[in-house]
Amino acid sequence: MIIFHLLLLILMPPLLFGVINKTKAWFGGRSGMPLLQPYYDIIKLLRKGMVFSTTTTWIFRIGPIVTLTTMFIAGLLVPMGRFNAPVSFTGDLILFAYLFGLSRFFTTAAALDTGSSFEGMGSAREVTFAILSEPALFFAFSVLVKMSSSFSLTTMLHSPFNELSVDIAAPLVLIAIGLFIVMLAESCRIPVDDPTTHLELTMIHEAMVLDHSGPLFGIISYASALKLFILGTVLLHIIFPFQIGTAWINWPLFICEMLGLAFVIGVIESIMARLQMNHVPYLLISALLFCAFGFVLLFR
Amino acid sequence: MVFAVISGLPTILLPNSSRWGQKIASGFMCCSTLLGLVGSGLAFMSTENPTLKFPWPSMGNSTIGIDGLSAFFLVPVFLIGGLGSLYGLGYWPQNRHPSNSKKLILFWGLMVGGMALLLISRHAMAFLLGWELMALSAFFLVTTEDNHLENRKAGWIYLISTHLGTLSLLALFSLWRWKSGSFALQPISANTLSLTMTNVFFFLAILGFGLKAGIMPFHFWLPAAHATAPSHVSAILSGVVLKMGIYGLVRWLSLFPEIPRAWGSIIIVLGLISGLAGVLFAIGQHDLKRLLAYHSIENIGIILMGLGIALVGKSYDKPVLVVLGMSGCLLHVWNHCFFKSLLFLCAGSVVHSTQTRQIDLLGGLAKSMPLTAAMFLIGAVAICGLPPLNGFISELFIYLGFFRIVANGPEGLAVAFGAPVLAAIGALATACFVKVYGAVFLGSPRSNCSDACHESPFFMTVPKFILAGLCILIGIAPMLFTDTISKAVAIWNPAMQLGSISPDSVAPLLKISILSIALIAGVLIISLVILCGKKKVQSAGTWDCGYAKPDSRMQYTASSFAQSIVMLFSWILRPHEHNPQLKEYFPKAQKMESHIDEIVLDRLLVPVSNMFRRFCGWFHRFQHGLIQHYILYILITLFLMICIQMPFKELIYHWFKH
Repeated sequence: MIIFHLLLLILMPPLLFGVINKTKAWFGGRSGMPLLQPYYDIIKLLRKGMVFSTTTTWIFRIGPIVTLTTMFIAGLLVPMGRFNAPVSFTGDLILFAYLFGLSRFFTTAAALDTGSSFEGMGSAREVTFAILSEPALFFAFSVLVKMSSSFSLTTMLHSPFNELSVDIAAPLVLIAIGLFIVMLAESCRIPVDDPTTHLELTMIHEAMVLDHSGPLFGIISYASALKLFILGTVLLHIIFPFQIGTAWINWPLFICEMLGLAFVIGVIESIMARLQMNHVPYLLISALLFCAFGFVLLFR
Repeated sequence: MVFAVISGLPTILLPNSSRWGQKIASGFMCCSTLLGLVGSGLAFMSTENPTLKFPWPSMGNSTIGIDGLSAFFLVPVFLIGGLGSLYGLGYWPQNRHPSNSKKLILFWGLMVGGMALLLISRHAMAFLLGWELMALSAFFLVTTEDNHLENRKAGWIYLISTHLGTLSLLALFSLWRWKSGSFALQPISANTLSLTMTNVFFFLAILGFGLKAGIMPFHFWLPAAHATAPSHVSAILSGVVLKMGIYGLVRWLSLFPEIPRAWGSIIIVLGLISGLAGVLFAIGQHDLKRLLAYHSIENIGIILMGLGIALVGKSYDKPVLVVLGMSGCLLHVWNHCFFKSLLFLCAGSVVHSTQTRQIDLLGGLAKSMPLTAAMFLIGAVAICGLPPLNGFISELFIYLGFFRIVANGPEGLAVAFGAPVLAAIGALATACFVKVYGAVFLGSPRSNCSDACHESPFFMTVPKFILAGLCILIGIAPMLFTDTISKAVAIWNPAMQLGSISPDSVAPLLKISILSIALIAGVLIISLVILCGKKKVQSAGTWDCGYAKPDSRMQYTASSFAQSIVMLFSWILRPHEHNPQLKEYFPKAQKMESHIDEIVLDRLLVPVSNMFRRFCGWFHRFQHGLIQHYILYILITLFLMICIQMPFKELIYHWFKH
């Protein structure tokens, strides 16, 4: 099981970007890039040399590496489908959330290291939006903690679905919507951020990584796919509280669910435009409110 | 007893005056640090709690003693006392500050002595003696540079507020003497106090100790005082002196066998307010040390949340909550002391070499001061509560406490909102420290302030290394400290049998530590593979989207970094902005400025006291300074008093009859 978990964690994330791109191409009537193009890009970047700005220090170099490591460790804490996570203990949900915080600290600090105002702008937006998305995440966690009376991600995400009643379903629907928005914001997708616009004043994540190149940029692309994958894994537990048959069918089921999620993101990106930058906080506040109402519902 | 000797030691520093005086003083301080730490260590090891009695005629016998709780708070006192005075050798050398260095050294020693006394006293009056010694020395330390108006102002506000606190403590202890029959700070038996009296004790304690600790509505003196003091003084004020307020509150609440149910929630709500408002105001600051001072308020808030959870546990008889809350509270006391002192010492190094505290004038210091930059980074990651450093461990306890309240009750919605609010505080702190670190140490210099800057001398670097080492140690090996903590928790709550519940049985410290080490190792290994491989590496200017001549003034400033957050919370921060109007075709150079007032001081206390002054100004009409007038007033008063004695009824009858 652990081997499967690690294999999926390491190999699958870039495929999500492939599916999203393919969906968008399909909506646009194009044939689009190959499904495996994100893998080719990352491999190509890893073989290239690097250009460092003269203003930068070691913070700039270490930023993407910290992000990758934290994402990987966070990935070890999350259960996939019906299976337990390789590492699980009381309070791992707090570590999980704070690992995201650590990666944010180093990504934004690395961006400020270049001294460019574009990157400063990107990181300012990143930390501002995090202020709204982190409490939303913790409200959602509080709902799950209350439902399951347990404090680790594995038991928390598995237990509430054993008996599904209206009492439980209503808060779950609310936090599923909230977490979906948080996931889109954290992994910088439309309607919060547009990963395809590179040199615009409106971007967030792409602006922060303007100066990274070569293997470090490859790591950044991979880590952002990993982030989407991990947040998606958490969300899938809440969207699909089903369990079908034996263990061996659950892995393909999980993979299908994940690809389906990527397809949905692709559809959203095709039919929606990015929000105006000063409207993004409203979207995130609504995510926060969804999660908070889910929490309040439990205390009726 | 070693401890009495130690607390006497710092006062030996009195006669030092020559250039060597400072070195001798530092030597003494380091000795007292070593002895003090050994003493606290012994107290942790020993099983009994030794006490010593002194006769104090007017007050009855005075007792001093040491137990797990005192020893726990003694560690930061002695540690920062010693390290700070070492730092002072480089930061405030006697030959460069001949006029005020002596004062600083003298009161430094007195303050440390006062804090040690208040920590070991088991007698209300001895406690108050230590308290006042600490508070008054702190006043003289804040006003070290008393030739600046700003510093004198900060000092006076501090003095007023600390006396307000002492006043309420005096009332508290007098009532205690009246009700319990002695000044001894010993737990009382149940049912000796009426409910009203207990609550009066509680609110007086919150006022008295809260003013010292800087809990949110009582924090108004703190930012200015911490910003204007010399940096190692800021470090001890913020890292240690604030904790004396917390110690007072913790010790005081341990005296009550029964805790009313609302207390825990009140303390938690106060903590949430302090935490959230402290970090919000920190984000809007432009002054490096003022910003750090506001973060102290935030961290006091986090400590209070821990204390509140423990109180909830005590009043609802849930030992797990007591252990979680108290461990979080106490460990955060240590942690905040270590990382906040570290940050203040780093800020001191920055001020020392650039002569400015304005964040927007700095930049790119990581190149000229690499060690300070690395130490500041450790402090910044720790204060944001991020793994793998110490701040995360104490916040983990508090989060677990909140989640346990959510899951298993006691039911209470207000308190259940704690975890998301703490998460918001964490995210805000991250934003704030990314801003500070990015603006001060990264990028390129924004003004010529940074031209002459240099790495700090040896004596200023060593304390930082020790503190950073402690931050890392507690972060990756928290198991080492569980015995100390559980001993202090047991002292706090003697009635409840906590025997089997130790901090590491309720929180997964070992696994956290393994993952933290894995995290650090992972980063190191990937860095080695990627950065030390045989890849072609080029250097070039920062890519500014094709702009030909980017210069350092075009960087994003700290103010612009914080602007989006300040706007989001402008309903509480109420920033003042002065925006220039550009009118002509070729407008002249204009300036834009913005700042954020201190909410309680500038928006509440100053207007209210101005109104009061205006009201009292009315009485000025009678006060001319002419002695003849005053004698006339006496005469009129006398006449009126005589008139009152007159039998008016009969008089009127007598005059107006037919």
